[in-house]
Amino acid sequence: MMPTSDYDPACLPDLLPLYYRRLFPFSQYYRWLSYGGVSKNYFQNREFSFTLKDDIYVRYQSFTTQNELEKEMQKMVPYKIDIGAVYSHRPSQHNAVKSGTFQALEKELVFDIDMTDYDDVRRCCSAADICSKCWTLMTIAIRILDRALREDFGFHHLLWVYSGRRGVHCWVCDDAARKLSVAARSAVAEYLSLIKGGEETVRKVVLSDPIHPFINHSLSVVERYFCQYAIVEQDILGSKESVDKVLALLPEDILSFPVVLSQYHIKKGGQYFDKEIMLQYCYPRLDVNVSKGVNHLLKSPFSIHPKTGRISVPIDLKELNTFDPFEVPTISLICEELERPRADEAEDDDVKDKENEQEAGERHYKRTSLAKYVKVFDRFLEAMARSRKGEMLQKSDLQKDF
Amino acid sequence: MQFPGRRKKVIGSSQNDLYDHCLQFYGQPPLENISLTEFETFAVERLKLLKSVENIGVSYVKNSEQYVKKLDAEFSSLNFPLRTELGDRRVQGGTSEYEKRRKDHISHFILRLAYCQTEDLRRWFIQQEMDLFRYRFGELTSKHKTDFLHKNNLKYETVSAEEKKSLKDKLITSSYGLSGITVEEYDFYKVPFQDALDLVRTRKVYLLAGNAYIPHHEIVTIVLNDFRTRLSKALAMTARSLPAVQSDERLQPLLSHLSHAYVGQDYSIQKNMGKISLEQIDALSGKSFPLCMRHLHKALRENHHLRHGGRMQYGLFLKGIGLTLDQALQFWRSEFVKGKVDADKFDKAYAYSVRHMFGKEGKRTDYTPYSCMKVILSNPPSQGDYHGCPFRHSDPELLKQKLQNYKVSPSGINQILELVKGMHYQLACQKYFELTHNVEDAGFSLNHPNQYFTESQKLLGGGLEIKKEVDMSQRSQENPANMTRPSQANSKQAHEEMGDLDSFFQDE
Repeated sequence: MMPTSDYDPACLPDLLPLYYRRLFPFSQYYRWLSYGGVSKNYFQNREFSFTLKDDIYVRYQSFTTQNELEKEMQKMVPYKIDIGAVYSHRPSQHNAVKSGTFQALEKELVFDIDMTDYDDVRRCCSAADICSKCWTLMTIAIRILDRALREDFGFHHLLWVYSGRRGVHCWVCDDAARKLSVAARSAVAEYLSLIKGGEETVRKVVLSDPIHPFINHSLSVVERYFCQYAIVEQDILGSKESVDKVLALLPEDILSFPVVLSQYHIKKGGQYFDKEIMLQYCYPRLDVNVSKGVNHLLKSPFSIHPKTGRISVPIDLKELNTFDPFEVPTISLICEELERPRADEAEDDDVKDKENEQEAGERHYKRTSLAKYVKVFDRFLEAMARSRKGEMLQKSDLQKDF
Repeated sequence: MQFPGRRKKVIGSSQNDLYDHCLQFYGQPPLENISLTEFETFAVERLKLLKSVENIGVSYVKNSEQYVKKLDAEFSSLNFPLRTELGDRRVQGGTSEYEKRRKDHISHFILRLAYCQTEDLRRWFIQQEMDLFRYRFGELTSKHKTDFLHKNNLKYETVSAEEKKSLKDKLITSSYGLSGITVEEYDFYKVPFQDALDLVRTRKVYLLAGNAYIPHHEIVTIVLNDFRTRLSKALAMTARSLPAVQSDERLQPLLSHLSHAYVGQDYSIQKNMGKISLEQIDALSGKSFPLCMRHLHKALRENHHLRHGGRMQYGLFLKGIGLTLDQALQFWRSEFVKGKVDADKFDKAYAYSVRHMFGKEGKRTDYTPYSCMKVILSNPPSQGDYHGCPFRHSDPELLKQKLQNYKVSPSGINQILELVKGMHYQLACQKYFELTHNVEDAGFSLNHPNQYFTESQKLLGGGLEIKKEVDMSQRSQENPANMTRPSQANSKQAHEEMGDLDSFFQDE
């Protein structure tokens, strides 16, 4: 396990400048947010917000080129970076625009899953803490949402990112997703929501006939993980208190309690209490407000989480089962790695690396643990590029452009 | 956008083409000359129609049998198109179907002028027009529905038989009320999910690869979305051309009255002022007060106090039933003094707010008693409050107990609780009215606590002379004799109606 005890927030003022000078993957970042240059000024009209030292917060930051982005970030050294919408005009000039005409036009469809929203159903941690036992909840959330966004909604380009402390974000980057209205985003988020109710509500999932295919798909994911997660890891039957919590979700006329719920598929007169219980313990909890707003600002991938020092890295879904948030590199780690050569640097990469180093100036993330995460990001960008190319070919075929 | 004016070209003989379907999207504005009288009449009648749509929608479950019946009646009495065939059959002396459709067309556009100006007006107008459209579309036969879709370029793809077969189970479990047979027999449309947001949001439809698979009978939801989007855009555009219209002095006063009239009957004119004595209030609270006010009165009597929300809701109601300012002051003071407030403190702190309610303080606005909508939707009660709507804000168990205390029959209580469960709070209150007054049908659509009181007093034979307010949803039946000289009769009616609208015009 990587030494995280090395990270000390007091070091940020020293580490961040180094990070932005030599480690932050600017060219991929710019490539992402330009989306192939298909729309004019797409990057130039994008809002960023920075949280600077001493909690100074600045909005409506925008940049005209990748170079300007780099220079500004290196100058301002933001502690936190958020990405907002693409506006009708350059955000940095929004005050010069006639009132009412400055508008948010497009933005990725985003989702934010936060572990604190599960506090009522996890026993191992609470609030900002996470551990390997409750991380399974994130795995379940990602599997369910990823499937639904792809299969039900037809989206293809999803970027899942670890938030740096206690959750994950999803950026849906398809063209169609970026153009969604507020109403559409809210409808998608509601479609994906099954947990209703706050403090006052005991029974947060209510299922009735007929059970929608989406719920069935989600249940099959939950069922795969339930026994291991809830019974073993969370030990929900392990104390009187937690057994009582489960019992509180049962219909009143059940007299005796089945020992292991997941083995009983009781359908009692239309009531699906076993499925409801599993969903209540495991189904993803979304904050609809995050997804609804076109102008909502969300933490940027590759930004640092000031409290943990961890980098917001993309998650490779092919390795989802082995993803460990505690293995995610911290800024102190990668800065340290930068200073020393990596022992296991592959030979055939050497030549390429040296070439790239010269090309990209002083970008050395490849020598650090950050490298593999940037690769995930690269693959994501490649897929989008291929897709755009395919579309353009289609279009030019239709127009008979040769 | 073009709007009816004096110098427009006349349409040629293709009259039948223009109105060949009884329903339309109002895409094209009318392009003909129209007299000022017709302009006014059409506008006022459509406004009454929309008000009826609103009232009936509040009192009856939308698109239920009773709802449809009531709206059908409104349509006939107000001369709006009902039939689907355009045959040139004229009811002896009555308006032809063609003329009704023309009125439908023109009146819609006139009201756009009046209702495009503010967010609130637009929202109200769009809501009623949508409900109206939904009702009319629902009344079409299947063939006419398809006709309408094609005529309006809603070329939604139907799902092939093979695809339906392979997705059969999924289709059955995603929409309520479908069986294997219906899936096979009926058409399904493949619609991009962005066009079916209401169904997506509530997960009432099957989604695959970004498409929603909509059964034929649900297509109205999609169409409605489209309608709402178009109308919303159109209203925004209309607002921009409005200054030109408003500069026409003939139109400006009418449009202004129209947009205020939607507020409707608000009981701020106390036609019964001074006809109630304070001694009567206890008895009246049991007999003629709606549950919310009965509840507030009881709390006031028991605690000798009410918090601000309760004082406003109850105080304004009392004003609406006829209490004068002096009576009100006496009423509140005598009650509060029995509690922890001495006369001095009352005069200093609470009297001011009572006077305020009557428009005698501050900006001197004569506040209007709260309608049901306002009570239900704004300012929910918290610990220590007694205001709000008991059907909306009380825990069902507590509501049940209260009704039992008031000697409502068990079956009656169940009916009320069912309505509450379905969120039909005003219907629940209406049912309470029917049970406590021992009538089958309340005979009115409840939307205001003072209306409850007035109707109750009417039923019980009063003691109070209630002047009959002009009920906008009641109109005389279509009388052939009146129609032989349409322009004269209409103009007289229009002026009468304008007068009525004047009295409804109130500043908040």
